[in-house]
Amino acid sequence: MNQDTRLSLTVNGEEREIEIDPRATLVDALRDRVGLTGTKKGCDRGECGACTVLVDGRRVLSCLTLAVTVGGAEITTIEGLAGEDGEPHPVQRAFLESDAFQCGFCTPGQVLSAVGCIAEGHAGSPDEIREWMSGNLCRCAAYPQIVAAVSKAAVR
Amino acid sequence: MTTEGLVRPDGPAKLTGAARYAADVPAESALAAALVSATVPNGRLAELDAAEARDCPGVAAVLTRADLPTLAELPSPPLGYPALPLQAEEIHYEGEPIAIVLAETLEQAQYAASRVRATYTGVREPIAFGEAEDVVPHSGHVLGGTDEEKGDAGAGLAEAHVTVTATYTTADRHHSPIEPSATLAWWEGEQLVLHSSVQSVAVAQQTMAALFSLPPEHVRVVCPFTGGGFGAKGYVWPHLPLAAAAAKVSGRPVRLVMTRAQMFTLSGHQPATRQTVSLGATRDGRLTALRHDSVNASGRAVDYLENTTHSSTWLYASPAIETRMRVQRVDRPGPTPMRAPHEGPGMFALESAMDELAYELGIDPVELRLRNEPDVDPMTGLPFSSRRLVECLREGAERFGWAERSPEPRSMREGNDLVGWGVAAATMDTFRAPSSAKVRIGADGRIVVETGMQEIGTGLPAMVQAVVAETLGCDPGDVEVRHGDSGFPPHAGTMGSMSAMGLGSAVQAAAREVLAKLDGRQGQPLAGLLAESGLTELEAEGRWSPEEDALAAGRSARYSMHTYGAIFAEVRVDADFGVVRLSRAVTRYAAGRILNPLAAHSQLTGGFAWGYGQALLEHSDVDPVLGRFVSKNLAGYLLPANADLPDLDAAFVEDDDRFANPLGAKGIGELGAVGVAAAIANAVFHATGRRVRNLPIRLATVLSEP
Repeated sequence: MNQDTRLSLTVNGEEREIEIDPRATLVDALRDRVGLTGTKKGCDRGECGACTVLVDGRRVLSCLTLAVTVGGAEITTIEGLAGEDGEPHPVQRAFLESDAFQCGFCTPGQVLSAVGCIAEGHAGSPDEIREWMSGNLCRCAAYPQIVAAVSKAAVR
Repeated sequence: MTTEGLVRPDGPAKLTGAARYAADVPAESALAAALVSATVPNGRLAELDAAEARDCPGVAAVLTRADLPTLAELPSPPLGYPALPLQAEEIHYEGEPIAIVLAETLEQAQYAASRVRATYTGVREPIAFGEAEDVVPHSGHVLGGTDEEKGDAGAGLAEAHVTVTATYTTADRHHSPIEPSATLAWWEGEQLVLHSSVQSVAVAQQTMAALFSLPPEHVRVVCPFTGGGFGAKGYVWPHLPLAAAAAKVSGRPVRLVMTRAQMFTLSGHQPATRQTVSLGATRDGRLTALRHDSVNASGRAVDYLENTTHSSTWLYASPAIETRMRVQRVDRPGPTPMRAPHEGPGMFALESAMDELAYELGIDPVELRLRNEPDVDPMTGLPFSSRRLVECLREGAERFGWAERSPEPRSMREGNDLVGWGVAAATMDTFRAPSSAKVRIGADGRIVVETGMQEIGTGLPAMVQAVVAETLGCDPGDVEVRHGDSGFPPHAGTMGSMSAMGLGSAVQAAAREVLAKLDGRQGQPLAGLLAESGLTELEAEGRWSPEEDALAAGRSARYSMHTYGAIFAEVRVDADFGVVRLSRAVTRYAAGRILNPLAAHSQLTGGFAWGYGQALLEHSDVDPVLGRFVSKNLAGYLLPANADLPDLDAAFVEDDDRFANPLGAKGIGELGAVGVAAAIANAVFHATGRRVRNLPIRLATVLSEP
């Protein structure tokens, strides 16, 4: 039950070897073992979307993913989204310009979900964006601005 | 300052994951804490068996009442609930912590917490809201008189040509910020360091010092970013003292992060209300009497008053006004203010009743409100400091196309959609509190502002930049804002829609002091002025407080000082299934001078979503047998999602209130959540002919016979 296990992960392009409790979820592994606290835990039950990260390019809820199940996978967190020169990702830029965040706690999940939403081809219209971004709750309710930001980034 | 407004300087940190929230702060050797909570709503703890938990791998300690220091007794507020956990055997509410498990990792702590066994004694059937006596609150969050009266409401109702009387209810609701409350605590000798998710580092510092019998300067609270609070992090809730006590006992830093379920019991909630409104009017729609009675649920050991009826004393002209508020002490966790408190639930009742009166009279609901616009405060007779409700109603109606409305219910059908248009007014009280800030100018002309304020999403760093830029005539981008540390000049707190007024005025005072010290004028390059004065650095501190004769919570004693708005909503109700969709909304607000239009707009549309949730989604049921909230999660307790909201046309009308503070600004954090539920319920009546008096609006009510 408590035997730590060794796990190899590729996080933001960097290979990591960590010792991990098999009960640990990906969000806790990223935060507590890898030291990347940009990924947020809002509900720990897959209800709010704050912990969204990309696993092999697909958006997943890292609180519903056991870390040991993503060994060898490519994981992208909010810390790894900017270009190598530090240039913000088009989605990050659009969120800033559109005021698409307030307290910022759901924001890493929103941004990664938006990257996924655009990659999936689900950003064709405001209504489509609203639907496909509804897995990410924002209690500040920056929703209209998030729709505007995703529309803007999708065009870029 | 541009009319478009300033983008948030805190944006890059929030958009890259660099912004550190309380649970993100690294601490070598910190223990992870997990709470064990009571599963009964009352009675006493009989036995706590922690033997198995103590033997679990990684567990450093299981702390029970016997292990913790005795803390000083304090009222609520500043505490969220006056009885702190682990200080007595009595159980005050379901979910109250009864033990703290400390372990090397979170997984170990959570598992071990599940192995603690508790038995209880003296548990009786819980008393629910509606089953207890209505009582006058005598302590707690009350903020003024419970009963107000002017003229003879009974006589006013008797002589009215038309009267309406109806009872309205609002539901138990939960703040549900996406960031669960968290505290990382450690001791450096007699010095307590707290990284905590709060709405006021100042309140947390003072309260923790009092609880642990320390001088305030021995407590440092750090909180640059708060992941939403909405009231849940305003007063001091158990995570703060429990983390500090556990750190003291264990001798190691302790990180305590609430689970989502614990957020439903350990950070307050907006309590259910039952309100009865009676309106009397002449045939031409002039009010002859307004009576508003209200009772809200509160806890057994805490009186929390929802203050629902205050706005009924200032919103409409009436020769007779009578308001009365009571609480019921029932088995439940402690309530606390939630966006929007007071007027949030209260205005649902008043503005629904005004719509009912409009139909009884056959007068357009916008016109009815215009006919009852007062010249002075109807209860106190004081002048209004600024009041632009009429402009909000007129501009909103124009923009919405209200003149095209056909007043008859069920008269605007489109296909299978019953279309309804509804209107409601919004208003919010103006609370004010002291604030202070330091402005420092470097030799290179760079400006640093320091304030105890924490950034919680309201956009205060950009507001500070805007005020400094306006006062000094510099570029907003030259201003760096450092915030959220009790070592910085104190700010009362990001609560009660007070921060723009207090902090903005303090920053303005500090910036003016800089110019005075340099004998400079607005717009002159600061580096040059500094060099001329032979200085390498200059510092000035600014303070602002409400005038000395201000009332409780900084309310004005000289003026009727409030914010206003008008909400126009269109709903489409499926004729067969009763599903209500909000298809569009226009809102107009008067809230003093707007300092940063970009963030202010987001505050108002965000507030609207809170009203939408109140109208159509949010309700928490208390189990009548177990005395606990049934769904302590975000799957059972529904929050508005992106697809719930249409495009919103929100804007401000011109306003400026120099009586409120030198900037002319007022509060906008809560106003947006007010009036929305009534506008939607009124639209549902117009669409369907069904008057919904109980929130949230449910399919069964919409489908029932009128």
